[in-house]
Amino acid sequence: MDYMKETIDSLHKKLADKELTSEELTNQTLDNINAKQKDLNTFITVNDKAVEAAKKVDEDGIKGPLSGIPIAIKDNIVTNGIKTTAASKILYNFMPVYSATVMEKLEAAGAIDAGKTNLDEFAMGSSTETSYYKTSVNPWDFSRVPGGSSGGSAAAVAAGEVVAALGTDTGGSIRQPSAFNGIFGIKPTYGRVSRWGVIAFASSLDQVGVMSKRVEDSATVLATIAGHDDHDSTSSNEPVPDYRANLNKDMTGVKIAVPKEFWHEGTHPDVVESTKKALDAYKKMGATVEEVSLPTLKHAVEVYYVLASSEASSNLQRYDGVRYGYRAKDVKNINDLFVNSRSEGFGDEVKRRIMLGTFALSAGAYDAYFKKAAQVRTMFIEELSAVLDKYDLIMGPSTTSPAFKIGEKVDDPLAMYMNDILTIPANLAGLPAASVPAGLAEGLPVGLQIIGKPFAEQAVLNAAYALQEENKFYEKIPTALKGED
Amino acid sequence: MISKEEILHVAKLANLKLQDDEVDDFVSQLGQIVEMEGNLADVDTTGVEPTYNMGDTNTVFREDKGIHTQTREQMLENVPETDNNLIKVPTIVDKEDDE
Repeated sequence: MDYMKETIDSLHKKLADKELTSEELTNQTLDNINAKQKDLNTFITVNDKAVEAAKKVDEDGIKGPLSGIPIAIKDNIVTNGIKTTAASKILYNFMPVYSATVMEKLEAAGAIDAGKTNLDEFAMGSSTETSYYKTSVNPWDFSRVPGGSSGGSAAAVAAGEVVAALGTDTGGSIRQPSAFNGIFGIKPTYGRVSRWGVIAFASSLDQVGVMSKRVEDSATVLATIAGHDDHDSTSSNEPVPDYRANLNKDMTGVKIAVPKEFWHEGTHPDVVESTKKALDAYKKMGATVEEVSLPTLKHAVEVYYVLASSEASSNLQRYDGVRYGYRAKDVKNINDLFVNSRSEGFGDEVKRRIMLGTFALSAGAYDAYFKKAAQVRTMFIEELSAVLDKYDLIMGPSTTSPAFKIGEKVDDPLAMYMNDILTIPANLAGLPAASVPAGLAEGLPVGLQIIGKPFAEQAVLNAAYALQEENKFYEKIPTALKGED
Repeated sequence: MISKEEILHVAKLANLKLQDDEVDDFVSQLGQIVEMEGNLADVDTTGVEPTYNMGDTNTVFREDKGIHTQTREQMLENVPETDNNLIKVPTIVDKEDDE
C-alpha cells in the first residue's frame, strides 16, 4: 500500500465496504515500509505483531474511522511488548510492560501500530542525526535531513509509508520536520494530550501530536488521542471537540497577527516568499493580516535551552543501569555502575544537554540561568497572550530555511539550536501550533506556522485546511521518490 | 566562558565520566552555549514571577483506592540482573569502608 493518494476517510470506506481487509492493508503497509527502509531509514522497529492485530480488528469488525488503519509511532512513546528505545543506546533492549495512554486510545479505536519511527536521541535534535541507530533521510532529497526530532515519522508520512504518524514536540520537533517534508503536523496545547508513557524530555514543554499529508487526517487522530487522563495530572479536563467534523475553511473575519521578529535575519528568500504568498491567500479568503511585535522573542532560544536542558538533566537521572536498559560491564561498585552505564549509554548530544542543564541548576548558576530563564519565560507568555487577546492566530514561517544537508550542522550545536527559533515560542507558552505546506524553496518544501489560543486547535486546523484546499500541496510527490516507481 | 574545572565538576554532579577529548570539546561548545544563554542578563526581570510549571496547577484529589497495574514479574522483566525476584547490583558499600 502506498498512501500517496489515500486518506483515513478513503481507507475507512474501503475497509468498511470490505473491498480491503485490515490484514491485507497492514501486510501491504509493512511490505512497503520494509522495501523503503534501505533508502529512507524511517523506522527503528517495524512491528512484527501488526498483522496479528489487524486480523483481530477484521474479526471484530471495522468500526470507527481509524479501525484497521496502520499508524506509525515515534519511538519515544512506549508500546507494550514492542521495543521502545527513544533512539538511545541506553534503552537498546527496553521492552515496555505497558502502553502509553495515546497508544491505548489508538488501540481502542482499532488503529494498528505499524512500528516505531526514528528520532534524535531522546528527541534532542533537529535532524535525526543524534539517533544511536540511524539517520533518516528526506524523501525530497536523500542527501538532506528529514528534520527532527520526529524526523522518522515525518519522512514516513511524506514517503507514503503510512497515512499518519504520532510525533512529540518539545521545541518544534513536530513542526520543523513537517515543514521539511512537505506535510502537515500539529502540536496541541500543553495538557491537551496525555503524556503518560511518553519518554520525558522537558516536562513543562513536551506534547504529543500528529503528522499527516492532509489536515483532515490529523484532525481525526488528534480527536482520538486527546483528553484527560488520570495518569497525567497535567492533562486537561477541557472537552475534546470532533475536530474532523468541525473542519471548516471559512477564513472570513479571522484576525491574523504576524510578528515582525518572525522574519528572522538570514531567512531563506524563498521561505519569505512562500510565507507571504500564503498570507496573501488568507487575505483573499477574507482574513485580516497585521504586523505585531514580540520584543522578547530574541531571547526565546536562550530561555528554551536553559529550561529544556535543566528539565532534561533532571528527567534523565533515572537512567542508571539498575532497573532497565543498558548496564555497564565490569564495574566494582554501585557508583561506577551509575556513571559507566550513563557515560557509555548516552550519546554526545544527550550528554551535552545533561551537562548544560546540570550547570544551569548548579549552586552559583541557578539564579542567573534557571530562575532568570523562567522569569523571561513569564514575560514571553504575557507578550504572546496580549497578542492573542486581539488576534485569533499568529502566523509566520515554520523554519528559517528548507531542509539542510546531512552532516551540515551536526558538529555545530549552536547553529543546530538556532534552527528552533521560530517553533520554540509555542512550547514556551504551551500554545497549539501547526505547520502546513506553503510552497517550495529550491525544490524543497516550506512550511507556514500557525499558532492559536490555548485549546483553539480547531481554529489552527481550520486555517491549515483553508490553505491546503487552496494550494493542494498534498498532490505533490517528493522529488527523490519520483524515479523509483 | 566555562573552565575545565567547572566542566569536570558539572560532569561529576551529572554522574557522567568524560574522556579527555570530550572535556576539551565541552569546554569550547558549552562555553559558547552558556555565553549565548548569558544574554538573558540583558532582560530586566525585576519583580517578574518565574514560570516553572505549565497547565493547571490545581491539586487533584482522588479516592485512596488501590489499582492493579503491573505484576512483580512484569516490573522485573527489564532488569539487567535479578536474583530471587530482587534487583541485583554490585557492592554498595566498599569493603575498605567496612574495616
